[in-house]
Amino acid sequence: MVKIMPKGSVLVVGGGIAGVQAALDLANSGFLVHLVERTAAIGGKMSQLDKTFPTNDCSACILSPKLVECGRHFNINLLTLSDLIALEGEPGSFKAIVRRRPRYIDPGKCIACGLCAEKCPKKVSNDYNMGIGERKAAYLSYPQAVPLKYALDPDHCIWINKPGRCGICAKVCPAGAINFDDTVKEHVLEVGSVVLALGFSRFDPSSLDFTGYGRLPNVVTSMEFERLLSPSGPCMGHLERPSDHREPKRIAWLQCVGSRDINRVGHPYCSSICCMFALKQAVIAKEHAHGEFESSIFFIDMRTHGKGFENYYNRAKKDGVHFHRARVHSVIPADDSGNLQLRYVDEQGKVMFAEFDMVVLSTGLQVYRHTVELAEMLGLELDADNFIKTDSFNPVVTSRPGVYVCGAASEPKDIPQSVMEASAAAAEAGLIMAPARWTETSKKVYPAEMNIHAQAPRIGVFVCHCGINISSVVDVEAVAAHAKNMDGVVFSQCNLFTCSQDTINQMVSIIKEQGLNRVVVASCSPRTHEPLFQETLRDAGLNKFLFEMANIRDQDSWVHQNEPEKATAKAKDLVAMAVARVRGEVALPYNTVPVTKSALVIGGGVSGMTAALSMADQSYPVTLIEQSECLGGNGRKVYRNWKGDKFLPFINELTARVTSHPQISVKYNTEITEVAGSVGKFITTFSDGHSFEHGVAVIAVGGQAYKPDDECQFLHGIDPRVQTLLELDQRFMEEDATLKEVKQAVFIHCIGSRIPERPYCSRVCCTHAIDSAVKLKELNPDMDIYMLYRDIRTYGQRERLYQEARAKGIIFIRYDLDHRPHVSEKDGRLLIHAHDPIIDANISIHPDLLVLATAILPREQTGSISKFFKCAVDSQGFLLEAHMKLRPVDFATEGVFLAGLCHYPKPIEEAIAQAKAAAARAAIILAYDAVPAESVTAMVTPAKCTGCGVCVEVCAYHAVALDENGISVVTTSMCKGCGACVAGCRSDAVTLKNIGNEQIMAAVDAAFY
Amino acid sequence: MTETTNWEPKIIAFLCNWCSYAGADLAGVSRFQYPPNIRIVRVPCSGRVSENMIMSALKSGADGILVSGCHPGDCHYISGNYFARRRFALLSNLLDFIGIESGRVNFSWVSASEGEQFAEVVQSVTERVKALGPATRLVKKIDALETELLIA
Repeated sequence: MVKIMPKGSVLVVGGGIAGVQAALDLANSGFLVHLVERTAAIGGKMSQLDKTFPTNDCSACILSPKLVECGRHFNINLLTLSDLIALEGEPGSFKAIVRRRPRYIDPGKCIACGLCAEKCPKKVSNDYNMGIGERKAAYLSYPQAVPLKYALDPDHCIWINKPGRCGICAKVCPAGAINFDDTVKEHVLEVGSVVLALGFSRFDPSSLDFTGYGRLPNVVTSMEFERLLSPSGPCMGHLERPSDHREPKRIAWLQCVGSRDINRVGHPYCSSICCMFALKQAVIAKEHAHGEFESSIFFIDMRTHGKGFENYYNRAKKDGVHFHRARVHSVIPADDSGNLQLRYVDEQGKVMFAEFDMVVLSTGLQVYRHTVELAEMLGLELDADNFIKTDSFNPVVTSRPGVYVCGAASEPKDIPQSVMEASAAAAEAGLIMAPARWTETSKKVYPAEMNIHAQAPRIGVFVCHCGINISSVVDVEAVAAHAKNMDGVVFSQCNLFTCSQDTINQMVSIIKEQGLNRVVVASCSPRTHEPLFQETLRDAGLNKFLFEMANIRDQDSWVHQNEPEKATAKAKDLVAMAVARVRGEVALPYNTVPVTKSALVIGGGVSGMTAALSMADQSYPVTLIEQSECLGGNGRKVYRNWKGDKFLPFINELTARVTSHPQISVKYNTEITEVAGSVGKFITTFSDGHSFEHGVAVIAVGGQAYKPDDECQFLHGIDPRVQTLLELDQRFMEEDATLKEVKQAVFIHCIGSRIPERPYCSRVCCTHAIDSAVKLKELNPDMDIYMLYRDIRTYGQRERLYQEARAKGIIFIRYDLDHRPHVSEKDGRLLIHAHDPIIDANISIHPDLLVLATAILPREQTGSISKFFKCAVDSQGFLLEAHMKLRPVDFATEGVFLAGLCHYPKPIEEAIAQAKAAAARAAIILAYDAVPAESVTAMVTPAKCTGCGVCVEVCAYHAVALDENGISVVTTSMCKGCGACVAGCRSDAVTLKNIGNEQIMAAVDAAFY
Repeated sequence: MTETTNWEPKIIAFLCNWCSYAGADLAGVSRFQYPPNIRIVRVPCSGRVSENMIMSALKSGADGILVSGCHPGDCHYISGNYFARRRFALLSNLLDFIGIESGRVNFSWVSASEGEQFAEVVQSVTERVKALGPATRLVKKIDALETELLIA
């Protein structure tokens, strides 16, 4: 244990989505975060993606807000172009040395105008676009990069390599930001814990000559293809093949390139994400294509084991994506046109040829070489595949105390899993440092706010040149002069760079000197700069909502570069519109909700107990309610996991910790009867009549095993030789000696899963069934075991177990929905009819043990519990998270979180990670005395309300209700300010503060004067 | 009419903050050029835009309207863009009834990553509105000369 007072800072290494999530969670729960990123900008692999599965969300759009939040967070110290080079000390008090490479462009001065890159004469292969196309030696990785600052590439910059030779960038830079004398700097950081989010690299297929990669230009990797699809990629989102820039009409995807390959690659594991990655690309490519398009995926097993994945697969099949269960023998040129011929063997053993315009290699994930080096330096244990080693029951904990890992550095995994682990790692890292919470963070103090009530508008307008970005097209002086004549404007001026620190300081004094009570800045986009200027208003003692921006750069000078007069006229209109809008704005309260610092956890299984402990260990009181009379849930029914770790000792230990924890009160045989309130203060009433006040809630109500009895077709419940996996586990735990006597066993997979009425994969059963088969082989090596499966989904490193099973002689026979195995009894023996697709023949087996791998279902009460908290369930009855990709443990309803099987079937290590993530997210709220709430909220004028209830219907957040008189009332703390109710109100009784109909219409009117 | 030769339409665009406004920003960052006839009004959500706001904008003198939100399923506020879509399906019947040509009031989905698409939408909406000529049907302030012309 830590004896000394721990540090209140934490080091996060890696600025991909996992690192960003961990940094935000830690910074938001009271710690100072040093975020170390190797490249010039954060964003990682996710920023390079075009779309994300299974929602087809635009990757950059959903990622960008997180990056911006990270970039300007008061308690995140962003260190780009930096590496961790040494770490000494112990948990709670580490000394980390971070080496920062020179950027050669002063980020304090760079205004990201891009002139340096435009004029730079040195062209370099564009690494961000996977080497497709070129960038300059002065570069910005991508348009939404955070920090939005250019850098010079020291390997290619002419001046840096031969001082005095070029230096054009320094001449053209309007901000004087170029600094050729920039040097390496070392930072010594004292931190309490370290989170590693080191990410992954993609397998380089150059060594696999049969793919043609590197020789044939139209053979690309999946990441290269992703850049080809991306609107910010080398062909602006117009899909072109590299050889002749023609639009490809026939594309083939080759799966498992560099995965599941011990023959030539030495990667025995499955990369987990590539099946969905290829499906997504096939679907998106079809959307990009004009007219006819043919896509084919060549695969071994289709692994769509995540939430919503199987549906996506089914949809792709329906949309005409062709699937070939084959590993391609070779890719060769079809002719001189650049087309490619694939040779493969189909399932019947026939040699086939097919021609395509383009081939995409679904390259596997692997560990970066520098990750291995860093792990060695830190003294971390690696596993057999060089991933950072973690434990089944401690999924984000490395072998070195105080150092945690999240994301794909510990096993190949997808974005939601990485985000979950990031939050889990934040929970673990925060635990050691809990006593030091808020000790190293800084909190800004603002001057008292001026009361502007009943004052006539005194509007100040600041028009920005933005170097020459605006002023080269728009006559900014004329715009500023025009603004002076507008109603309410008492001051206007032009600035070279309105966002520069000196102008900001000047703005504060002008507001005070001129007695301004509203401000308009005409410059770039409010999406990037509004918070900065609003902050400036607060510094000057003005309410931050008395502010508007006119976007005369991104939406004017940059898009009308050849029409200066019209662009100037437009700028005048835009300023007039902003002035009209700000004129009617009033000071709004910085709404907050006081937080009751306690948590409710619903469900006493592994997930619920883990979440409860994680919060209680940070000394928050937790009430844990369990429907039954004992803790442990489904975990008590499982024998062991795929790593061979037994569940029962772990669950007993977990239960003991929970029941003896001074901060946890467990209520058995308890259900919920009522929930009132919202984030910060819920009041929940239990079936015993007691009620409990809590600030947050975690729903972890678990799942249940599908019972195949009602179908009768498998003789389960009729013949004792037919058992489910959990029933077999029971016999393993009881050390049933009769199991050794079994001579022949059959496992049937996908019982109740992946069928039309339940179109999802239960994720854990392939691994569970194969592990059980292996265990039977351990008991009796001579036992004949047959696995009747549809696709083997031993994703990630579970693949090793599959290889072990095959090596042990377990026989795998595939079936499909048209050839389901048939079970009957004949002469006292079990008889199974199945079809072997390889030999295309029917087979009969007489096992003395039949094991059914049954589906995992949501519990029936999941829906009713979610309704208490106004949370949603999906079409299958599992809880629906706020966002499938980036908010995997949050609900759209704030203050409520989810974990475990009630979200989707998952193995224990993922359930534990998710439970810790839920606890981390909940602890962010508990770390504050009050949480901020939306200030721009809806407001009802009761006299106008007719009580029609449309506002109640359209509110997605249940923030509007009718009171006892039938008049609409808004619960401000639940309102998100979307304005759906305002637009829906037929009697103009609802308005949105500062975005009322009057303000919007005043802005519109102003465009016509 | 001399003014029609130099006539340039003014188009009011209500863009949701989270997708289409960001798409418009990206068009700028990527320097996709489009006609300067558009005046953008930032709203939290396309579901915030009511029929009234569109009618009022036409009355104020707008020659065309564009309402643009997140793609279906992407709404920052869960379902606002669906309300917007339904609302404009209904509004188009009314517009038709009162003689506002189809093509004056336009609806689109543009995501935050679709800078080029945004430019294309503006281009096509501007062309459509230009082809229709000035909107006079609901405009309150028509000067005497124009009124005479209209009556004649």
